[in-house]
Amino acid sequence: MSALSGGRGSELAGDVARYGHGSRIPGWDDACDLTKDPAGIPDPALTPVPAELRARIEAAMSRYPDFRSAAIPALHAAQELHGWCSPEAIEQVACVMRLTPAYLTAVATFYDMLETKPVGRDTVYVCTNISCSLRGADKLYAAMQEAAGDDPELNVRAFECLGACDIAPMASVNGAYVGPLELADAGRIVAQLRAGEDVLPDKQLLRRACADPGAAGSDAAATVGTDSVDPGAPTLFDDESQDPSA
Amino acid sequence: MSEKLLFDRIDEPGLATLAVYERRGGYESLKRALKMPREEVLQNLLDSGLRGRGGAGFAMGKKVSFLPRGAIDKYLVCNADESEPGTFKDRELMQKSPHMLVEGMIIAAYAAGANRSFVYIRGEYRQQAEILDRAIAEAAAACYLGERILGSDHTLSLVLHRGAGAYICGEETGLLDSLEGKRGNPRLKPPFPANQGLYQGPTLINNVETLATVPTIIRMGGAEYAKLGTETSTGTKLVSVSGNVQRPGNYEIELGVPSREIIYGLAGGPERGRDVKLWFPGGSSSPVLTRDDLDLPYDFDSMAKAGSMLGSGAIIVVDDSVAVVDVALKLAKFYRHESCGKCTPCREGTNWTVKMLQRIESGEATPMDLDIIASVQDQIMGNCLCVLGDAMAMPIASMVAKFRGEFEQHIERRREQLGLGVPTAPTPLEAAGAFAEAGS
Repeated sequence: MSALSGGRGSELAGDVARYGHGSRIPGWDDACDLTKDPAGIPDPALTPVPAELRARIEAAMSRYPDFRSAAIPALHAAQELHGWCSPEAIEQVACVMRLTPAYLTAVATFYDMLETKPVGRDTVYVCTNISCSLRGADKLYAAMQEAAGDDPELNVRAFECLGACDIAPMASVNGAYVGPLELADAGRIVAQLRAGEDVLPDKQLLRRACADPGAAGSDAAATVGTDSVDPGAPTLFDDESQDPSA
Repeated sequence: MSEKLLFDRIDEPGLATLAVYERRGGYESLKRALKMPREEVLQNLLDSGLRGRGGAGFAMGKKVSFLPRGAIDKYLVCNADESEPGTFKDRELMQKSPHMLVEGMIIAAYAAGANRSFVYIRGEYRQQAEILDRAIAEAAAACYLGERILGSDHTLSLVLHRGAGAYICGEETGLLDSLEGKRGNPRLKPPFPANQGLYQGPTLINNVETLATVPTIIRMGGAEYAKLGTETSTGTKLVSVSGNVQRPGNYEIELGVPSREIIYGLAGGPERGRDVKLWFPGGSSSPVLTRDDLDLPYDFDSMAKAGSMLGSGAIIVVDDSVAVVDVALKLAKFYRHESCGKCTPCREGTNWTVKMLQRIESGEATPMDLDIIASVQDQIMGNCLCVLGDAMAMPIASMVAKFRGEFEQHIERRREQLGLGVPTAPTPLEAAGAFAEAGS
């Protein structure tokens, strides 16, 4: 069996939920009351919005020539507060932005990172796209799911290419990229998340040096041959003590 | 190996800060550019022959020159969505040298006469967005952004916009819709963004690497830059090598070096005992090449001549331990997931391609399915608003064409395992061929 297939379980990795007729539009078969008018723009007097969220949405709106451009930043902010784009969160954003909830729901359902169902507080995106799969991402995803079990605080998802194929197989843990991961790292990630610790500090992308041996300096560039420099798993901290992220 | 223009000492600690970037000669190109008339900056871009690094490879200077002149609101948008599987060069660039991008954007906006600019960065790049946001704030505090930059007549605002996870938003018109706060559905072209883009205004859209190269071009001079690389593929390019290689990562190469040198020399090639089976020269959307193509020079034209494309410069290497059916299925599923659903050929084509590949995987297929797959790809190509469908059709069609034997073998083996036996003669394939002849 090749690295990619990784058992039948991998069928599910990265798969989209589909309804009977093949549609993936959520809610296509939700019952709706045709006698009711669509929800309008929420009444500010009846919609309490947390002050901090309001400030963040208004700040975002002020940055664009057209206030509607702030839809995604506003939904990001609401999701951070509520954990997901709940009807209440959408209502609050709609109230501040003076848009209908339907407009914002349409936006929220389009993007993978905006959650339209309740999810755990900590997100773990495991990349299962081509480059990571070639290096065992499907098994890693299975291990990650197993390690997380049914912990409601953990949101473990198979994700499309996260743009870090150099550290494949990898995962994004609450936005921090870590890799290359081994199967045993799944348990460590879960344990560290539960303990509220920094996740796999030795495998964080931010601390990884450029793979190109010539990038070290113009002198090194001259010596680059086929096998002269091995940047196998270079880290910035071998000789430099400065943390670029600090 | 080639000169490092973008990756020169990129791991220097603190390069992401203004102080270190300026100490290394940062923002000197901007000062120089602002002393030139706009036309001269544009001429440098044209002379440089710089081709877009995001995928399409369109000449950047020409794109700038398409924007109408005159005092209207014009926009510059930097496409930092980088979601093409296998591509991760912009990530490293933004994370380690964000000021290079900011400087490039200010110069490009000057050449194009744009006074508002945006960076659309994919939502997953949270850490990179934070770094870039700090860099933009630093640049603004140093008066490199804002009204009348450095005493010139150039005014520019720069806003960082985080996406929320959608491959289609890397497509320029999908990106514009997303930036306007809508679902990221691509638009019909024409009108092209250069005439009617963001907020219906003339818009220049360029990839991160393209814009980050602009300061270098101004520093060297366009004509001097054009001496690097080949005649039609000038300059250096960041290539992201990933998959079954020993040293995956980003490498800066001069365009035109042999592909073998990148895959084997820099990235170390597949592990000992393994051989390259196929490779994608420009991200997962490019038609696959085989080990026979390894000696081709890596540049835009050579890749096009070989029936593929340089794309985003993402080389994905697949070695001979991997079944081609698995690669095809993985890719098709990705494009099915990411199709926005606006155009029927793409929405249905990606879905049915997955279903047929699953049939092949599970042994329920006949060789006729391969012909249907090929014909579906053919019907997707060029029939949609954007190229997402084509992006699946090109690699899948090339895999079916180049590895047909392996697909057929796979089907036979699975049928045997399931006890279905060999398809009886005349095969459905022959039947289909006979029908086509009778019909014509």
